[in-house]
Amino acid sequence: MSEPVVAVSGLTKHFPVRRGFLQRQVATVRAVDGVTLSIAPGETLCLVGESGCGKSTVGRLILRLMQSTAGTIHLRGTDVTHLGDAAMRPHRRHAQMVFQDPYSSLNPRLTVGTIVAEPLENYGDLNAAGRTEKVAALLDRVGLRADAMRRYAFEFSGGQRQRLGIARALALDPGLIVADEAVSALDVSVQAQVLNLLMDLQEERNIAYLFISHDLGVVEHIGHRIAVMYLGEIVEIAPKSALFATPLHPYTQALIAAAPIADPRARSERIVLEGDLPSPMNPPAGCRFHTRCPVAIARCRSEAPVLRVRHEGHAVACHLIG
Amino acid sequence: MEEPVLDVRDLRTHFFTQDGVTRAVDGLSFTIAPGETLGIVGESGCGKSVTALSILRLLPAGLGRTVGGSITFGGRDLLTLDEAEMRRIRGDRIAMVFQEPMTSLNPVLTVGEQIAEAVMIHQSKSKSEAWARAAEMLTLVRIPDAARRVHDYPHQFSGGMRQRVMIAIALSCHPQLLIADEPTTALDVTIQAQILKLMLELKGRIGAAILLITHDLGVVAETCQRVIVMYAGRKVEEAPVEELFDRPLHPYTRGLMGSIPRHRPGIAPSRRLQEIPGIVPNLRAPVAGCAFAPRCPQATPRCAAEAPPLRRDATGHEVSCWEASP
Amino acid sequence: MKRFARRNPTIVIGAILLILVALAAIAAPWVTGDPQLLTPNDRLQSPNANYWLGTDHLGRDVYARTLHGARISLLVGLTVAALSVAIGLFIGLAAGYWRRVDTLVMRFMDGLMSIPAILLAIALVSLNKASVFIVIVAITIPEIPRVVRLVRSVVLTVREMPYIEAAVSGGSRGGKIVIRHILPSTVAPLIVQATYIAASAILIEAGLSFLGAGVPPEIPTWGNMIAQSRLFVARAPWTVFAPGTALALVILAVNLVGDGLRDFLDVRLARRM
Repeated sequence: MSEPVVAVSGLTKHFPVRRGFLQRQVATVRAVDGVTLSIAPGETLCLVGESGCGKSTVGRLILRLMQSTAGTIHLRGTDVTHLGDAAMRPHRRHAQMVFQDPYSSLNPRLTVGTIVAEPLENYGDLNAAGRTEKVAALLDRVGLRADAMRRYAFEFSGGQRQRLGIARALALDPGLIVADEAVSALDVSVQAQVLNLLMDLQEERNIAYLFISHDLGVVEHIGHRIAVMYLGEIVEIAPKSALFATPLHPYTQALIAAAPIADPRARSERIVLEGDLPSPMNPPAGCRFHTRCPVAIARCRSEAPVLRVRHEGHAVACHLIG
Repeated sequence: MEEPVLDVRDLRTHFFTQDGVTRAVDGLSFTIAPGETLGIVGESGCGKSVTALSILRLLPAGLGRTVGGSITFGGRDLLTLDEAEMRRIRGDRIAMVFQEPMTSLNPVLTVGEQIAEAVMIHQSKSKSEAWARAAEMLTLVRIPDAARRVHDYPHQFSGGMRQRVMIAIALSCHPQLLIADEPTTALDVTIQAQILKLMLELKGRIGAAILLITHDLGVVAETCQRVIVMYAGRKVEEAPVEELFDRPLHPYTRGLMGSIPRHRPGIAPSRRLQEIPGIVPNLRAPVAGCAFAPRCPQATPRCAAEAPPLRRDATGHEVSCWEASP
Repeated sequence: MKRFARRNPTIVIGAILLILVALAAIAAPWVTGDPQLLTPNDRLQSPNANYWLGTDHLGRDVYARTLHGARISLLVGLTVAALSVAIGLFIGLAAGYWRRVDTLVMRFMDGLMSIPAILLAIALVSLNKASVFIVIVAITIPEIPRVVRLVRSVVLTVREMPYIEAAVSGGSRGGKIVIRHILPSTVAPLIVQATYIAASAILIEAGLSFLGAGVPPEIPTWGNMIAQSRLFVARAPWTVFAPGTALALVILAVNLVGDGLRDFLDVRLARRM
């Protein structure tokens, strides 16, 4: 097997909560707690979960847009966990990001040409003429006309802006793209266009995606493997077909059941999880899901289950799975 | 047939901006029967939210104006009422739930005060009765420990709990019609499932009709009895929910259904999704023909020139398309 | 242009007033007599054909002095605004983006802010010889922290925007991010702030001169004129009235332009977003 484009181990991010005049630390938000995963070239790993589960934080930690509290991050075999800004720069080009909000992720004061060319400029790969040529080719590839270069981002629709964001991410020919809710803000018809574009680009360029999403429908289309997160931890990780066919963790089962199905005849008596997501500031002891789990037993309240591989590539963290 | 709760005829709402007139809703007609759940689906900018605001007469002042049509509710045309009469109807006989509960709740009042206020204004009840009603409503929407939580402020509730509070306020005055505009869009899926379940249960108990506005065909399939599909300010298709999903007629409806990435139990999805090419049209330029024609795979020259009329069959399936017939 | 004037009447009115004052200030040496010339025989004359705005207690032409006074006022206003914006912008960008220097810089700025311009000027004047330069320095120093705070607050908002994250992950260095992505957002609020600083500098300069801690008394400034004529205000009100009106008019004009620009730039930005 080829070397993974990214491999993280025990990745952890705690945010201190400071209060009062002296800014004393009164609590810790455990946004990400011991996440281990790796992505092979050309593979899509989807990270799903509800808001506050830490999935976006994982993406930002991997890109070193945030400093992790513990754990290691290897990009293409190099440990980049503690590299300084200057030492990190050569590695940044291999991992790029596509953002959720197609509006605020493009600087409204710059032309599209400037925005898409900026990464190229930073690494001095090409001269000005070469950059213009490459930007034109990128815009063409994502389905925009080359004359878009001279226009401003606000002249485009949401879907077109997301294409611009993808063009920018592609500029450095990265091996990994972190797509953080990249299609959530788009209308369904446009969402389909963007998802198809992402899949085509993957085939063409062997890009790996870390696709962060709350939408199981989207994930089922684009993913190869799926990791389900709950309160900062991965509770289940499996190839797509296995996860949807035989979801093992009760949270995964509830998540699949909760997604509305676009078929009125499939209206079902479904598992509706009671209660709210607990605060990641004081995650429940034991299994973090036990407060909402319909099948929790006494052991779940006291002992945290570890993520263990049950079948080929299918790992789950639950005491009830033998 | 039973008298409808709401009868909207040829509604036209336009927005007047510096850049011209936007025809946000352009000749929309529909009715809702008592106790019925009607869904309006469409993408952003199709006019579905503007329809809700037009009914409630809550259009942004100075920008949007209803320039034509009628909205009959309880035997009277809402468009002819004065502001005082409209205020009495709003929140009392027509209730509303919006997408973002945080902006619809007043952050400096406790939720109990907000429910009690609605009850006192519309039902002339005493203060203690109103507070009792507030606690009762919070219990009804299953907020745990309701008697204590009536004294909490909105920010002390989670997103899902706030939406429950909004529903409690909406239902506190026995409305005949509940207008819910993307009520679950801002919520996580497990919470969305809770809220949808709650809304349907309470509808059964209170007997209100629901106008559910959403972009999510999944939500429509789960909750509605009848569905209207809107595109560019017009109704392109309307049908009972099962009929619509079994036999979508309008190319736009079909495109929409094909493009939803969805999980269907037992069916492995094809990797590629069906797309609708192009983007939603600019509503500032008047459209001569069918607004969907530029994106439609079946469009003929006639579609671009002449607007197709709505035609309906015996089952109540309506469609506005030259190439499809009900 | 016509449309602009109809939508932004405050900017246009303010700007026309300011342009008139500026033209008068520039043209002063050619269109008036010597503002320093003493004509003891013509003391305290009321406005007449020779002396359009009368004369003061030393027989100096109030019209000439008022116009020459505009030169000092505008010079002080413009220089203080330019200097404090330039220095404040630099410090504010650095403090807002590089969090390590932030605490230190901001506490120092708090310290500066607590120095009243008047006291600083008095201290500086007593250490050096009174001059326009000293007045400008004295007014500029306490204005800098205000600019720093404004710039820093803009930087703190903009640096959280996803497009900044995008620039970082695209490999852009800190300096480039600050100059290309953050600096442009500070321009609109700074233009508005600069007008307010100019207005306040003109007022403070007049105050300092009035107190005798500002521009040397032989130079005609509005503050000096009012100070020297205040004893005669009952007999010759025009000696105070002329510089006072000029001062009020200029402050009004600058504030009109500032308010107008604030609305105009806000609207334009809002429409772009």
